[in-house]
Amino acid sequence: MYRYDAIDKSVIEDRAAEFRDQVARRLSGALTEDQFKPLRLMNGLYLQLHGYMLRVAIPYGSLSANQLRGLARIGRTHDKGYGHFTTRQNVQFNWIKLSEAPDVLDALAEVDLHAIQTSGNCIRNTTSDPCAGATAEEVDDPRVWCEAIRQWSTLHPEFGYLPRKFKIAVTASAQDRTAAKVHDIGLVLRRNREGQLGFEVMVGGGMGRTPYLGTTIRQHLPVNHLLSYLSAVLRVYNRHGRRDNIYKARIKILVAALGAEDFARQVDAEWTAMDRQAVDLPDIELARIRGAFGYVPFADLPPVSGVFEAARKADPALARFARNNVKAHKVAGYAIVNVSLKAPGEVPGYGHSEVRVTHEQNLVLPHVKLDDLAAVHAGLTAAGLAASNINLASDIIACPGLDYCALANTRAIPVAQSIARRFAEPDVAESIGELKIKISGCINACGHHHVGHIGILGVDKKGEEFFQLTLGGSGAEDASLGDVLGPAVAYDQVTPAVDALVEAYLRERRGAERFLDTYRRVGLAPFKAAVYADAH
Amino acid sequence: MPMLIEREGVTAFTEAVDTFVRLAEDEAPEADHTDLLVSFARFQAEGEGWLAEGRRMGVWLSAVEPVEGLAYDLPRISLVALEFAKFRDGRAFSAATLLRQRYGYAGQIRAVGEVLRDLAKDMVRCGFDSFEPADDSTPEQWAASAFRFRHVYQSAADRRAPAFRERMGEG
Repeated sequence: MYRYDAIDKSVIEDRAAEFRDQVARRLSGALTEDQFKPLRLMNGLYLQLHGYMLRVAIPYGSLSANQLRGLARIGRTHDKGYGHFTTRQNVQFNWIKLSEAPDVLDALAEVDLHAIQTSGNCIRNTTSDPCAGATAEEVDDPRVWCEAIRQWSTLHPEFGYLPRKFKIAVTASAQDRTAAKVHDIGLVLRRNREGQLGFEVMVGGGMGRTPYLGTTIRQHLPVNHLLSYLSAVLRVYNRHGRRDNIYKARIKILVAALGAEDFARQVDAEWTAMDRQAVDLPDIELARIRGAFGYVPFADLPPVSGVFEAARKADPALARFARNNVKAHKVAGYAIVNVSLKAPGEVPGYGHSEVRVTHEQNLVLPHVKLDDLAAVHAGLTAAGLAASNINLASDIIACPGLDYCALANTRAIPVAQSIARRFAEPDVAESIGELKIKISGCINACGHHHVGHIGILGVDKKGEEFFQLTLGGSGAEDASLGDVLGPAVAYDQVTPAVDALVEAYLRERRGAERFLDTYRRVGLAPFKAAVYADAH
Repeated sequence: MPMLIEREGVTAFTEAVDTFVRLAEDEAPEADHTDLLVSFARFQAEGEGWLAEGRRMGVWLSAVEPVEGLAYDLPRISLVALEFAKFRDGRAFSAATLLRQRYGYAGQIRAVGEVLRDLAKDMVRCGFDSFEPADDSTPEQWAASAFRFRHVYQSAADRRAPAFRERMGEG
């Protein structure tokens, strides 16, 4: 965990005080709702179906146990006992009173959390790999660079009122757990042949009504120039991005209109003329940030735990949990534990008091001793959180949908629950294997349906909920946008349709192919036939 | 006339008298109008003559008029007014930054349009030093908003020491 120093603390305290003043001016009528709206949005406060929703930033998805308890307290005191983890590693509270919002920000500041720039046309929370600092795959800890971006982007004087929102993801592993290619900027940290760290910079990815995969405009940006290069990209976008049409205002539209090459040329011109030394962090500050993450006191353990091996043999449920939810750790004797939130309950305390939030709306305990795995599993089981379904058909991404959101056309959560029930039998789910189902209740695509192996998009047809299915999307390193299967299906036909798609996959699959691989090999036809067979 | 607030020294703001006469597009200046504020188009057409008459010139740029267009004239321009047609249109922040940092412009940069005290910090940091608040802000309120934050993370046109310099014991 990055430990805030006095400066970091002062910024969120001052921000909470500023917002308290803005709320007071709104309540007194000194600010009109039109004027207040962009200000409250930049503090994560949305007007939703049931009142105000507050979106809290979880910087690059990393939380301490104490912070998680702080969020739970806010959920109990100011909400109805719920929080909703989003696809951008944030958490949302859905029943916040405007008059209490400043108190909530103060309560967040007490545990070094905030809602700064979780909404509005500004640089949003930077997201990253939930396995950062724990996976052996990474070339460097991406959180160091995320924290550098967090500080640079926080209340940036030039980039607070962009044409539209701006999202950055950072990954340092070959396996992309951040959906980097569907971000305004996706950064992939690599070493070149000389061993130097650099970022592949992708721009112009995004979902919504006009989905694009990002285009690489720089193969190997030296890491020490990250912030000046980002500044150059943001300046070109701030000046030239469209502001006449909200649907054409994202950077993806500018990049597509100019062409990636011309866009890159403009960025380079800006970057060359910039006083980089003033913008880029000196090595000593980068080292300070790295140090402020502290040191996890790993024990010296054998790579195989006798305790765990014996427990796994004795308990099939633990064995299943280990198969699906437990991933390799960089340190011998440790494991990364994925906690599926696609079940209600609370999280117990293991793993060096650190929790990560994933963009797939689950949690990760990054550093668990293999020796402790059985106890962790028992604790999760007691809390109703031991679902062994990571990346399986019931591990579904869903936006809040019409149950909460003022933008939604359809419900999303009940659709996810219905599909999850269909694939609840663990043996069935495991035999199907990796299958990423993603559901958005409207075209804004918060549920990432474009990059679902099966994507489900809710649409309104004359006041009735219908769902369009897409196949073959991926938000991982093999990113792609899904293809539309055919006509949308009715609410109660979604689960049977997904069932038919899975049946078709099982008929077509060769060897250990995933759903996605089979689809890429055979194309739409057999899936189309399976879903629309009865319609003819 | 809206109130004009000007930055005075490092942290102080005072109410100022606007000496610049804003000329409408078809209006000719009177002989005693020594300070003129005109559109970019008008400055291009007639600025040369007015400067030769010994007048001080201010140029009003809308958000779509790039500061690059003024680059060669900047040493002769006393005031650049950057317009916020809506306060959430942030293009003028980049414009002011470029004027200060790239072109080394030392004259006045004035925020005009929907200028709210909630933007005071960003405006000051990007190099604005003259403000026409649309929300009846007083100089005291402006100063409080501009310097509410005890620390800032980025280097900007205001030369305020960012956190990473403070942490190194500089600034």
